[in-house]
Amino acid sequence: MEFQASLSEARDRLRIAGDCRMGDAPRLESGLDELRRAPPPALVIDLTAAGAFDIGPSWLLHRALAQLRATGTDVRIEGTPPEHFAYLDRLMREGAGQPAAEAGGGDNWLVHFGKRIESRWFSWYEALTFGGETLVTAATRWTSLRRLRIPSIVRHVYETGVQAIPVVSLIAFLISVIAAYIGAQQLRPFGAEIFTVDLVTIGVLRELGVLLTAVMVAGRSGSAYAAELGVMKLNDEIDALESMGMNPYELLVLPRVLALVIAMPLLTVVADAMGLAGGAVLTRYLIDLPWPQFITRLQSAVGETTFWAGLVKAPVFGALIALTGTLRGLQVRESSRELGRLTTVAVVQSIFLVIFADALFAILFLEIDF
Amino acid sequence: MQPLISLRDIVNRFGAQVVHDGVSLDVLPGEIFGIVGGSGSGKSVLLKTMLGLRRPTSGTVEVEGRDITAMNDEELREVKRRYGVTFQQGALFTSLTVAENVALPVAEAMDLEEEALASLVELRLRMVGLPLDAAGKYPAQLSGGMVKRTAVARALALDPVLLFLDEPTAGLDPIAAESFDTLVLYLRDTLHLTVVMVTHDLDTLARTCDRVAVLVDGKVIVDTLEGIVRNDHPWIRQYFHGARGREVLPAVEERRGA
Repeated sequence: MEFQASLSEARDRLRIAGDCRMGDAPRLESGLDELRRAPPPALVIDLTAAGAFDIGPSWLLHRALAQLRATGTDVRIEGTPPEHFAYLDRLMREGAGQPAAEAGGGDNWLVHFGKRIESRWFSWYEALTFGGETLVTAATRWTSLRRLRIPSIVRHVYETGVQAIPVVSLIAFLISVIAAYIGAQQLRPFGAEIFTVDLVTIGVLRELGVLLTAVMVAGRSGSAYAAELGVMKLNDEIDALESMGMNPYELLVLPRVLALVIAMPLLTVVADAMGLAGGAVLTRYLIDLPWPQFITRLQSAVGETTFWAGLVKAPVFGALIALTGTLRGLQVRESSRELGRLTTVAVVQSIFLVIFADALFAILFLEIDF
Repeated sequence: MQPLISLRDIVNRFGAQVVHDGVSLDVLPGEIFGIVGGSGSGKSVLLKTMLGLRRPTSGTVEVEGRDITAMNDEELREVKRRYGVTFQQGALFTSLTVAENVALPVAEAMDLEEEALASLVELRLRMVGLPLDAAGKYPAQLSGGMVKRTAVARALALDPVLLFLDEPTAGLDPIAAESFDTLVLYLRDTLHLTVVMVTHDLDTLARTCDRVAVLVDGKVIVDTLEGIVRNDHPWIRQYFHGARGREVLPAVEERRGA
């Protein structure tokens, strides 16, 4: 029978009819809520037509009756009370004297501020010890080839480098096409379209090639590192390694860092080549520059150091990305949400660090005239 | 008595590997039904088949007289609301507190005021014997026994008629395991819940289960525990008459006497 809860006109009689399942709880509760808002002096609960009650709704009714009684309402039940009432009475007696659930009160702003500073400080401290451990491991593992974990490094070079070639190539090609297109458009009024070649080649070799590669690698591999290590941390795999006397920095961190230090320059070379190809294709069709002339122009535009100025940054960027990814992965604790958060942090921070380092390089190269 | 769940000629096949080769069994209302079997004998697959999480290769699964293998997703969801399930590792949502975990199914299923929801959470915690100050804790801060209790509290949130427990006492110390057994018996006795549990814990099996299904060679043998113990299938003999099994047998004898 369909559940019904109806309050009489005089608000002194609540008639409940039919089976009251858990799904009927909202309707029951809204009826009870109305009574609670303005408790009548006397109330009859008419259960003569009521069917079976689930425990959830029984509890809501039980609780509402107790609250009404506490406000001085004279509650009387007609018909048989729900069978679970006896069980609920016992439950309340057994659990009596228990501290109620702690209300998660908000901290005041000073406490909040203090906690923020503390966690920020702790995060710095962790980053420092992480950097230290990695350096020590790196410095001491050169003594034997086995300790360097060559197979592991090779696997990571394959995953982060070789597998990234298609996407990095495509991006580098497209970006240099865009740069060439806009450059040609802006230079045309001055009759200096030929300088599009300078713009593209210098831009790609010095900055765009390596920077784009770094951003792509941070998105692909930085996040993968953080997620891999984070899941290992959640599964206690890191503790398992340490308990077997193995060093997680040697086994997990160092191979990943070295792999990116190796893979980043190689990827940068690919990106540079594809970027130049993109520039060549666009200038060929947009400003009708034949291939041989593009090559000649390129050779005069590019100085001895242009290529190296870009490439030398690649291993540094690779190290930054790998270190950020592995550090954030190792910081994962307790929950899957933490894993997601730290993976995001790893990507955002590594891209930030890469761009920041790039700015420092720019200043440095300017000062030493590289 | 009409069975609550009835499996008929269930065949489950993964490629060439046949896990279940014609399994038929009935779960009666109000009973505690144990499922045992060696590793790889298809206990979890059978449980998933009963839950409607997996469609069997052939055969029918009837819940309250309706065949769930022939249902569409909408009808199946309706049936699933009548179930409570706990998984082996608890499967609590790690980013939610205990209270939020327990409130989640209720909040998803119906529109209730915050206050009523909090009160229902309190009820479930009381029912499984969790201290109320555990409500604000995250799963990572709980002990193994508390995780399992929270999982039961969440499974009970919608007042199911059927409770599925996958290895509920695995990884618990004997005291926690015993109090878990007591809880299951208590829920069955006071709430008339039907409980289906997969377990390897012979003590739990002896203490709680009314009937036991043993999965061997792709088939199933269903009997009371006393009957199963007397069965002379070699695997069953080894299972119940091995060094561990022998320690539990007196308890079975004792129960039969009582």
